[in-house]
Amino acid sequence: MSITYLDAIREAQARALEEDPNVFIYGQDVADFGGAFKATKGLAERFPGRVIDAPISEDAIVGSAVGAAIEGMRPIVEMQFADFSAVAFNQIVNQSATHYWRTGVPCPITIRLPSGGTEGSGPFHSQSVESLYAHYPGLIVMTPATVEDAYGMLLEAIRIEDPVIFCEHKLLYYHLKADALPRSVLPVGKARIARVGRHASVVACSAMVHEALRAARVLADEGWEIEVVDLRTAKPIDTDTILASVARTGRLLAVAESFPWGGITAEVVSRVVTEGFHLLDAPPQRLNSKDTPVPYHPNLWRAHRPTWQSIAASVRHLLGL
Amino acid sequence: MPSLSPSPTASRWKGFANERERFLAAYRWMILARIFEEKIAALYRAGKIVGGVYLGRGQEAFSVALGMQLDQAHGDLFAGLIRDQGGRMAFGETLMDSARTYLGSVEGPMRGRDGNIHRGRPTRGMPAMISHLGTMVAVVNGMLMAKRFHGRVDVVGGVTIGDGGTSTGAFHEGLNQAAVEKLPLVVAVADNQYAYSTPTCHQYACADLADRAAGYGVRGYSIDGTDLTACLETFHEAIERARRGEGPQLVVGKLLRLAGHGEHDDARYIPARKRQEPHGGDCVALAREKALKSAWASAKEIDEWHAQTQERVEEAVARAQSEPEPNPFRESWHALATKHLAEGTPPAQ
Repeated sequence: MSITYLDAIREAQARALEEDPNVFIYGQDVADFGGAFKATKGLAERFPGRVIDAPISEDAIVGSAVGAAIEGMRPIVEMQFADFSAVAFNQIVNQSATHYWRTGVPCPITIRLPSGGTEGSGPFHSQSVESLYAHYPGLIVMTPATVEDAYGMLLEAIRIEDPVIFCEHKLLYYHLKADALPRSVLPVGKARIARVGRHASVVACSAMVHEALRAARVLADEGWEIEVVDLRTAKPIDTDTILASVARTGRLLAVAESFPWGGITAEVVSRVVTEGFHLLDAPPQRLNSKDTPVPYHPNLWRAHRPTWQSIAASVRHLLGL
Repeated sequence: MPSLSPSPTASRWKGFANERERFLAAYRWMILARIFEEKIAALYRAGKIVGGVYLGRGQEAFSVALGMQLDQAHGDLFAGLIRDQGGRMAFGETLMDSARTYLGSVEGPMRGRDGNIHRGRPTRGMPAMISHLGTMVAVVNGMLMAKRFHGRVDVVGGVTIGDGGTSTGAFHEGLNQAAVEKLPLVVAVADNQYAYSTPTCHQYACADLADRAAGYGVRGYSIDGTDLTACLETFHEAIERARRGEGPQLVVGKLLRLAGHGEHDDARYIPARKRQEPHGGDCVALAREKALKSAWASAKEIDEWHAQTQERVEEAVARAQSEPEPNPFRESWHALATKHLAEGTPPAQ
């Protein structure tokens, strides 16, 4: 049996719906249609009344999820694309993220964001917004890179008492496969060493983990052993695991698909520099998308985002080659 | 004022024996709101309040008529906004919660983390507003959807807004969502003629905000928001219709904000003649007139209520003032309920 990243997301939701009567799914086209990417296919039939189509009202969708959470429900919100969460930005960062701190009443909502670029998707169906939400206190931001994490972390996201921004990468939906659903996964907040190495550390999240792994394989042929750290959660960042990796390798490259100004790569570099400056043998490097909107045409898009080629080039630079 | 709380039994007067009792109960909530807010405004002028003070002067009848006729014990909801001191207390917010939040007492529901009108007890049907207008409609929708999930379809959610707030996208999304989901929601729009300094001619172009109701597929009402009897009658009907499953109700009350946007604002942009125009009156004074004219209360009784209320307010404020303020060294500085996942700043050194 082969399970895709997308299957894992659907199965995690099915299990959550089965285990907890307070779980429901709310979003555009999620009910009988099964969602724009089929992440909720069949769930409306299996769980009548608990998978609900919403009007095209991202603000109201998240606002009502907050209200439902106050009353003891555990809503899963599906944004059709991560980009559209901009319309719900206010309810996410000002309503849901402040709620527990202001009132003492937890706000356990999960907001699924189909994230990241794919060929031909253009500026408004391609964004990676994890840095944006990680900026705000009161939110947890997950960026699963594997089928196992897509399943295990989504289940955790639904159980967690806080609002969780769940960034699932569209490029991984159909191509990433596993043999079975995991029995257990690492705890939330722990990074994973995706590949062991000793010459440089590449810290990445989501689809960039796979680009980094491919770059590491290429560099291995040249005799370089590159360690790849999969962040798993963008917030909280597992600084300890990153520092331990840098302690082994002395060199750091942080990679993310989001825009270059600030964000996760800047945060990773800043933490390593402030807490582990003495571990570094070379200036740490960052690699993000280019500082333009995400382009439509595949020729432009491939050059806009970090790839295994640009990661390999950055690592060579980091190694002084 | 627990003695004024109606019993949950449904009746023509929503638990009150007759029109007189209901009217006087509402009037007394209005007096409490007015006196409390005057006290808070005086403290503000004396520099005793941290942050802003935003008054509901002129809107007490409209606010109380909704808050008082909802039933907190039954599971109803009331999401008050900045001019709902009256409605909040009539629904179930205690005077101490109000006083403590304004005065920054650590004993209050917001514990100094938020202040003034940004307060609530969400698990007791009183969500705490954020400043971004229109957003609370969807929050109340979600609370009602949760109640429905839990088998409660006989509860009603009240949410308030002003004419300015109706211009937001959030308000549109929320009201449309409530209509689509046929939720038992009562939206009270206090059309108080000014959004901060902006007159309604720059806010909306329809003849009456209630005209929008038909466009959403909800029932609309347009009333004189300074007339307590009209407010009580209309909200009674709207609440009962919502409770019967007839979907959202939109009640627009025409009135005039008898204060600045906040106490920092002298509102010189509001011409004095506005007070002589229709809906420009003071609902508390009008309610007093009606009570006297109908021989429902004597001037002496009303004076006594004022004196008793003043005493209660002074006591509550004095108590809140004597309570500790929040201590930054005892603050957790963590915004997550899931403590072990919080990336908090360590306690201040």
